Order: sequence, then structure tokens, then C-alpha cells
Amino acid sequence: MKSTSRLGAWVAIAIGTLYFVLPLIATFEFSLKMNRDGYSFEAYKVVLADPGFQATFGYSTLMAVLTIIVGILLVVPTAYWIQLKLPRLRPLVEFITLLPLVIPAIVIVFGYLKLYNSSSWLPLTGNERATDLLLMCSYVTLALPYLYRSVDAGLRAIDVRTLTEAAESLGASWPSILLQVIFPNVKSAILSGAFLTFAVVIGEFTMASLLGRPAFGPYLQLIGANRAYEPSALAIIAFMVTWASMGLIQVFARNARPARKTA
Amino acid sequence: MSTSPDSLTHRPEPGAGQIRKGLTLSSLNWLGVAPFFLFALLFLILPTATLMIGAFQDADGHFTLGNIAKLFDDSILSAYWISFEVSAASALGGTVIGLALALAAIQGGLPQWIRPTLMTFSGVASNFAGIPLSFAFLSTLGRMGLVTVLLRNYADFDLYGTGFSILSFLGLTLTYLYFQIPLMVLIVTPAIDGLRAEWREACESLGGNSVAYWWHIALPILWPSIMGSALLLFANAFGAVATAYALTGSSLNIVPILLYAQIRGDVLHDQNLGYALALGMIVVTGLSNAGYIWLRSRAERGRE
Repeated sequence: MKSTSRLGAWVAIAIGTLYFVLPLIATFEFSLKMNRDGYSFEAYKVVLADPGFQATFGYSTLMAVLTIIVGILLVVPTAYWIQLKLPRLRPLVEFITLLPLVIPAIVIVFGYLKLYNSSSWLPLTGNERATDLLLMCSYVTLALPYLYRSVDAGLRAIDVRTLTEAAESLGASWPSILLQVIFPNVKSAILSGAFLTFAVVIGEFTMASLLGRPAFGPYLQLIGANRAYEPSALAIIAFMVTWASMGLIQVFARNARPARKTA
Repeated sequence: MSTSPDSLTHRPEPGAGQIRKGLTLSSLNWLGVAPFFLFALLFLILPTATLMIGAFQDADGHFTLGNIAKLFDDSILSAYWISFEVSAASALGGTVIGLALALAAIQGGLPQWIRPTLMTFSGVASNFAGIPLSFAFLSTLGRMGLVTVLLRNYADFDLYGTGFSILSFLGLTLTYLYFQIPLMVLIVTPAIDGLRAEWREACESLGGNSVAYWWHIALPILWPSIMGSALLLFANAFGAVATAYALTGSSLNIVPILLYAQIRGDVLHDQNLGYALALGMIVVTGLSNAGYIWLRSRAERGRE
């Protein structure tokens, strides 16, 4: 009985591995075939040298970093305050932070275009800088579920009340309590939320495309529609970026555990 | 703003700063969460609300149910139906396969390293959606894809001769599974971890075999989690735009793509019908998420 169930488990894992690894192998193999006389990294060279790639990847990286900073500044004080002073509001705040998983991104951006078009009360789509701001806010919205959950879990793991009162009795002001006491204690939670946000934002297509900003997602779509081998190279690069983000989360999560025990 | 919520939420407790805190409490407490609520209002709630209102207005801003009625026209209804089919098929497949993988890794008696590897990979793959994913599946199962070519050259099997196309319903479902299965693995793992070893031992000591254990004990306990996860997967696929758009262009008439085309160029020639289309999407994803939350709370209550 035991050995048959173990065989079944192996079969399930083997089929799963095949399904998940085959597309990666196929994509990689295809990306190497740009030169007709054998495998080469030509497609990668072409992609990396493309000014369009550099510009859009840079733009999306900048957007991701800004999203992470603004997201952290918005989420950490809120989660901290809810935990310390307004626990009754927790269900409401949790509900709001989960809404971006319920309302599809395309609906949210459609709402932006209706609410903030150039003839509205707050014409955020009127000029490029304002649209960048709107795009960043849309990314903060998308990141809310991930950021809030990971920060909230981090705050629950430490004794927020005692730490705050200790800092207060030593005469610390609110900004320094947040920056010097709370932030360092939830650093690994913040970082894992940040890397997840990075992975979500870097290749995001819907928001950037409909707001008409030169981000990496719309660039990918353009290359996909017009080229043969470059898309595969880009898919491998995107996969490695996602993998790196997730890998860094694991690293920080592992480092955080022993640190918390000694604290 | 009234001060009564504060007196409800803030129970006095011993502490050095209490008197000073008490003085500034009511205004400060609400100020602390004001930026969050302002942000949520501006970039999440108002934009969605304005679409919902627009769905019930005609071009001149008068109330009408006409837009909602037009959702039931054949062309739009068929888009909802194809979306429903793709989402349901990928949610069902994702649920069954994801559950099998999670069970195999956690309870299958496999080597220790399998589980963390599966979890890390699931974290990556569930976020590897969108345009790069469509590129990967074009390289695999497209007309010149690796698997298509290998099957033709070595197994003498013409995949596209069977009517298969990566741009079709089946192709899109297969592609969606690439992020649906890992998502299922991630959501259902805590529920599987909640199965206690004593329950299996109790079952065995009463003479039950593993079929009896799964059928009478494990599955009934896992059932709310499984159903809830399936609903979440459904909503996840229903709102996805980028993967389908990059894979099929506008050849497959699903709701998110129809809405995308409408926003880009008013293909419906009716702005308010577009709002109704968005409202329809919120209703579908909202209902399935509500079902997920309800089932999850049942599952948690069952575990206590």
C-alpha cells in the first residue's frame, strides 16, 4: 500500500515537472536558434543592444522601485497603526487591501481613464509626468494585497505594543519609533513584499498599455507581434528576473528566522 | 468626526505615556490611517464606483437599465460564455493537478527536498504570467514549437492536423494552467498541513485502509478549502488580460480582451456599454471571491 502511494506521488511529481520544465526548455532552445548555422546567443545580444529594451526595462525598473517605496510608506504606518490603536478597523483595511485581487486590473485602469481624463476635475492623464504618477499609484494598488499581508504578518510576529511603549518612555518621537524601531524589526517582511511587488510590476502590461506609458510590458507585446526569436530570449530574461525576485525572498525569509529568536 | 469609536477601540491600559496619549488620541488615531483611506478612495474605490454608476447611465447621464440589457446580446453573451469556459476549465484543471502535486510533495513519502523545491517553484511560476508566458507556450506548442516539431519528426504525429492550435480554447487553457496549478499548490498547502497524523492513525487502528481515510476523513475536511481555491483560481483566470492578448491577439473573443479593445478604440461604439461590461466582470470575480472567503472561513472554523 505504502509503496503504491509513493509510486503515485513520484508519477504526479514527474508529470508536473515535465509540464513546467518543457516550456522553459523549448523557449530556451528557440531563443538560441537565431543564427541559421547552429545555436548561439545572438537573440540575447540583439535584445540587450536594443535601445527600446534598455529604455523600457529602465522605465519599468524605476516604476517598480518607486512603487515599492510609496507602497511601504503607505502600508507600514497603516498596518502598525491598526495593530496598535485601531484593531477594530483591521477587517475593513484587510478587505480593502484584498480588493485589487477581486477587481481585475483592466477594470481599475478603465475607472482611472473615466475619472482622471484630461477634461476631468483631476486631469492626471493630461501630461506625461502626471500619467507616470497615476501608473505608479495603479502599481501600488496592485501591490497592496502582497505588501499588506507580508507586513501585517511581520508586525504580528513582534510585540508592537511593548516596543512602542519602550521607545516612547525613552522619549522617542513617532517618526523615529517607526523608522528606528518598527521598520528594522519587520525588515524581512518588507523585503519579501518588495521583491514580490518587483516581480509583479516589472512586466505588467494592462495598466501601462492602457495608460500609454513606455513600460517593459507593452514593449514585450510589441516585440512578440513583430519578431521571431527575440520574444523567446525576452521570456527567458523575464523568467530569470521573476526567479531572482522569488529567490531573494527565500534568502531573506531564511535569514530572518534566527534573528527573531535572539531578539 | 465622532469620538465614540475611539473610546470603543482604545481600552485604557497601564503605561507611562497614557495621559499624554489620551489628550491627542481621537484626532491622531484617525490621522494615522487617513493616508491609506485617501489612497484607497482615489485609486481603488472611486474609479470602480464611477464605472458602476456609468453602467446604469445613458450617454446623457440619465438612469437606464439599457446597458445591462445589452450585455445579454448574443455577441457579448458569447464573450462571457467563452471567458467562463476558459476560466472554469483552467480552474478545474489547476485545482485537481495542483492538489495532486501538493499531496504528492507533502504526504507522498518523497525525499525532503521535493517540498521546498515545489514551493519555491510555485512562487515563481504563479507570478510568471502575462506576455513572457505566452512567448514560452508559443515556443513549445506553437506551429514551430519544440513539442510540435518533436512530435512531427519523431512520433510522426501532426499536432496541428488534429485541429489543435495554441490560439484556441484548449491552447489558452493549457497556458493558463501554468500559473493556475502553482497558485493552487500555494493556497492548498496550509490546508493539507492541517491534516493531523493522529487522524490517519485513528483510521488505521479502526481497520480503515487509505481509501477509507481519504474518502471519509481527509476529503471532507479539505473540501471547503478545495472548493474555495477553485473559486479563487476561476476569478484569477477571468480577469487575466495580458496572457490571452499576447497569445491570441483578438482572435479569441473573451471578455477581458473585448474590454481591452473597447478601452483602446471604442469597438462597441457605446461608452456606457463598456462600463456595463466592466461591471459584469466585477460581478463575476466578486461572487467567486465572496464564495472563496465564505468557504475559507468555514474551513478555518472546521479546523478549530
